Formats: sequence, structure tokens, C-alpha cells
Amino acid sequence: MAELIRLSAAVLAEKLAAGEVSAVEATQAHLDRIEEVDGAINAFLHVNTAEALLVAADVDKTRSTGDALHPLAGVPIAVKDLIVTKGQPTTAGSKILEGWHSPYDATVVSRLRAAKMPILGKTNLDEFAMGSSTEHSAYGPTRNPWDLDRVPGGSGGGSAAAVAAFEAPLALGTDTGGSIRQPGAVTGTVGVKPTYGGVSRYGAIAMASSLDQIGPVSRTVLDAALLHEIIGGHDPHDSTSLTDPVGALVEAARNGDVEGMKIGIIKELHGEGYQAGVEHRFNEALDLLRTAGAEIVEVSCPNFKYALGAYYLIMPSEASSNLAKYDGVRFGLRVVPDGAPTIERVMGATRAAGFGDEVKRRIILGTYALSAGYYDAYYGSAQKVRTLIQRDFDAAFGQADVLISPTTPTTAFKLGEKLDDPLAMYLNDVATIPANMAGIPGISIPGGLADGLPVGIQFLAPARQDARLYRAGAALESLLEGQWGGPLLAQAPEIVGVK
Amino acid sequence: MPEINREDVAHLARLAHIDMSTEELDRMAGELAVIVDSIKTVSEAAGDDVPATSHPIPLSNVYREDVVGETLTNEEALSGAPDNADGRFKVPAILDGE
Repeated sequence: MAELIRLSAAVLAEKLAAGEVSAVEATQAHLDRIEEVDGAINAFLHVNTAEALLVAADVDKTRSTGDALHPLAGVPIAVKDLIVTKGQPTTAGSKILEGWHSPYDATVVSRLRAAKMPILGKTNLDEFAMGSSTEHSAYGPTRNPWDLDRVPGGSGGGSAAAVAAFEAPLALGTDTGGSIRQPGAVTGTVGVKPTYGGVSRYGAIAMASSLDQIGPVSRTVLDAALLHEIIGGHDPHDSTSLTDPVGALVEAARNGDVEGMKIGIIKELHGEGYQAGVEHRFNEALDLLRTAGAEIVEVSCPNFKYALGAYYLIMPSEASSNLAKYDGVRFGLRVVPDGAPTIERVMGATRAAGFGDEVKRRIILGTYALSAGYYDAYYGSAQKVRTLIQRDFDAAFGQADVLISPTTPTTAFKLGEKLDDPLAMYLNDVATIPANMAGIPGISIPGGLADGLPVGIQFLAPARQDARLYRAGAALESLLEGQWGGPLLAQAPEIVGVK
Repeated sequence: MPEINREDVAHLARLAHIDMSTEELDRMAGELAVIVDSIKTVSEAAGDDVPATSHPIPLSNVYREDVVGETLTNEEALSGAPDNADGRFKVPAILDGE
């Protein structure tokens, strides 16, 4: 059973199809693993044992009758608790939604159900996805499986840690400024932010609607492609959903190749401010890609220096508007102060008690940026910077097929290290934010270790060219694993010390 | 760009309907001042000739057919509400003294 949890989703799916293992066995093995290690990791906010086993049993029954099944039927998956699910609680990591159950499924969840993938449970996150460490969850931090004293990144630290700790072969995340890719980088896993609109956002609790994107979390590039093809494609429930077909992503991942590919190093996204060990692994990856026949060129994106600032105006502005709905009326918490309070006082008390510090900080910042007299200087200027960033990307993709950078400037930081310094935490997303600002897709894959901790390598592609990420990512993954003699996670320490 | 002081944060907190203690207001004012200072270069980045981008991949005229699709039942829509009565959300008094 211990071996089952270490299989990739692709290999597990083959074994399920061949009848070598049952879906119930595979699901139970992961539930057992959660039972064993999640006390130490805290990746899950809710474990969906009964329903997951029911779905698995249904898959086994269908298979025994010889009826057709989706290739990933019976492969279990974890879902970030920002994505709504019928029959399970959805908290968004916030006290304001404690105990709330959605009356509908997100489109991506409906697609998992249609493929008969057992949902293992809901994973931890920074409250409303606001943070880069998962320490801003109202339900306690998630810990990094590589070092329990360190953060697993954020906001999707729960999904990344669950996959890294072999609690789930696959997970769903959401990426507004790096919340899939940055946790992927610091936990030694794969994370993909699809092209904006490539995966439906219907049922993803909105933080910043023009930046948010659901995407796959996995241990291999191929597994991410398999999941991406399930969740991707047009959804009439999301008016920003693209009508393009999802593309041959699995085929690209199965045919990783960089021969003749032009890969652009973004001058502004490495070097100064990046940890020496991260820079070292990045240069090693470039050497490998060159040897495999890629042409490495340097591109410059001079306006990226404004990206972080513009992001911290647009994201809080949209969040302050999106979070206005948590008013103690339609769902979640209601706090009634003493006396005979009006609805206005109830709202003020409910939001004071229900939101954590980081959420309050961003709501106030967004309210400020949108307020009369400041709108043009702040929100308006930030939207212009978005145009400049898009132009930088357009120019860069005129010179290169894909772009490459380290995913994060540093490896995982320690729990508590940046809790009182929001700016320092925000800086961790400096290399991931530009993709959200421009709506383009990005992938982070494991790039090796620096001082014993994982480093992520990021590829970026033009909008709607997600397949290029899988082709380049699979090629680099294969080159690196050739050097390591297997996957990076094989080098991760055993998880001990239940806290 | 102007400084952010405690009175500014108190005003913003009222607009955002979040009760804050004096201590919270002071702390938040300090933190926001640092953040706002770090992002002020944004207003100097682009000239008047640069258009604003509100959406990374613009789509226009996204309509659906004007037919009734799947909808929540009244019961489902009320299922997560803190209080309801007669098939509606129930709220405390809107105005003082009523």
C-alpha cells in the first residue's frame, strides 16, 4: 500500500485500467496517508472519506461490468478550499465562512465528478487566498514536508504540501499572483497557471477577478497536463471563459522536447535579489536546455519593475469589492453586538470578527485605492502598467517561444519569519505576478535543491499557448531527473513529529 | 502622494464596514503607509498616451440564450444564511429606532 501513494497519477491510472489495483485500494491508501501524516502537515481542512470511497467503489463496479470510464477514473484528488463543493464545507480559510456549505459545485468540481475522480478533501490556504505562506489561514498554518519549520508557500500551500507529502497524487489550486506556482516551487512539486479564461472560474471564490485562475497541482508535468485537459475548456457559466479548445496538452507533455526551441531568459527576473543557491540551480537548468538543443537568448522586460506595485493596487481593489458580499446576511457568520443593533453595526461587527489581519489590510488598501480623489493615481495608473507589462511580454515573445526564470527568489522561508512584514512576503511573488497581469500561462517545475530545500524553475508562454509549457517543462523535467536518478521528491525526508 | 494616518484608516474602515479598535487603526496606518510608499512609483510609470487594461484577454458581447437554465431552489439559496423567514433573508433593522 505504501507504494501506491508514490505513483504518479498517470501510472496509477494505468494500473487501475489494467485491474492491478482497485480504486477503493488507491483511495484508501491516500486516506491512510492523510491519517498518518496530516497531523504534522495540516494540508487538509476537511477529509471527505465516505464520499471518496463511494466514488471509488462506483468506479470499481463500473470497471467490473466493462463499461467505459474516463482514463483518470478512480485517481483521487484534493481540492483547494477556495473552490466550492456540494456536500463538503468550503471555508476559503476564513472564520467568516466556517461551517458554510455551498449549494452548488464549481465547474471544475463537476468535471472531476464526471471523470469519477474521488475527492479526498479540501486543502488549506491563506484566508481568501491572500498570502504567500498559508500562515494567514484561520485554521492554522500548513507545514512544508521538506522541513516542518518552514512554510509550504501560499496561498495554495495546502494543495502543494498534500501532493509533496504523498497525501494526494493531484490537487487543484488557484493562482492570482503565483498561488499555484510559488507553493509548487518551494515544495518540489509541479504547478500550472493556465491562460486566463482557459479554465472556468465558476465556483472559485473570487479574490481579484481579472487575475484569478484555477489550475493543476501535481508531482509530474504529465500529471498536470492530464488534469488540465479535464478541467480546461469553455464554460458558459463564466463569461470570461475562452471558447478555444483546451489543446493537446497531454501530447505535448508526452513529447517533451526543446530541440530548436528559443528560450528567453528574462533579464529582470534573476540575479540581484535572488538567493545564490536558486541562481545556481537556474544556471544549471539553462546549461541542460542548451545541451538538449535549445537556443537560449536574453530578453528584457523593463516595466516588470512596476509589476509588484501595480499588482498590490489592482488585487486589493478587486478584492475589497469582491469581499463586500460577506456582510452577515446571505451566508456565513453573523455577529450581533449588544443592544438593538442596526444592520450596519451587525456588518461592522461580523466583518471585524470574521476576517483576519491580512484580509482586513487588503480590503482597506483596496478601499483606499478606489476612493474618490485617488482612483486615477492608483487604480488607473496600475491598469496602465498592465498594458506596459503586456507590451513587454509581446516584445519578448517576438524573440523567444517561451521565457524562463526562477519561480521564486528564495527557497521556503521559516514559519513566522515574514508574518510581521507584509512587504517582505509580497516580494516572494515578484517573478510570478507578471504572468497574471498579462493573462499568460506559466508552469513551475522542480529545479533541484539549494541548502536542502526545493527550487522552482518557471516557464512562461504566450496566451493560449499552454502546450508549449508542457513541451518545455517535460523536457527539462526529464533532463533533470536523468541527473538526479529519479524524481526530486525521492530525496525528501520522512515526515516525522506529529504536532 | 499623501500619508495615511489613523483618521484616514478609520474613514476607510467605516466605508468597508469593518469595526476597528484604536490599536488596530494605529497598527494598520503604519503598515499601509509602508505599502503605499512602496507602490507610489506606479503612478509615474505610464504616460497619458498609454491605455488602461482592465482585463488581460478581452472578450466582448458574451451573452447566453434568454432561456431559463439551472437555478438554485429558494431553499438552496437560503441554506447558508444566518437567518431567514418566509423564504427570504432576514436582517436586523435597517434604520435606528425601528
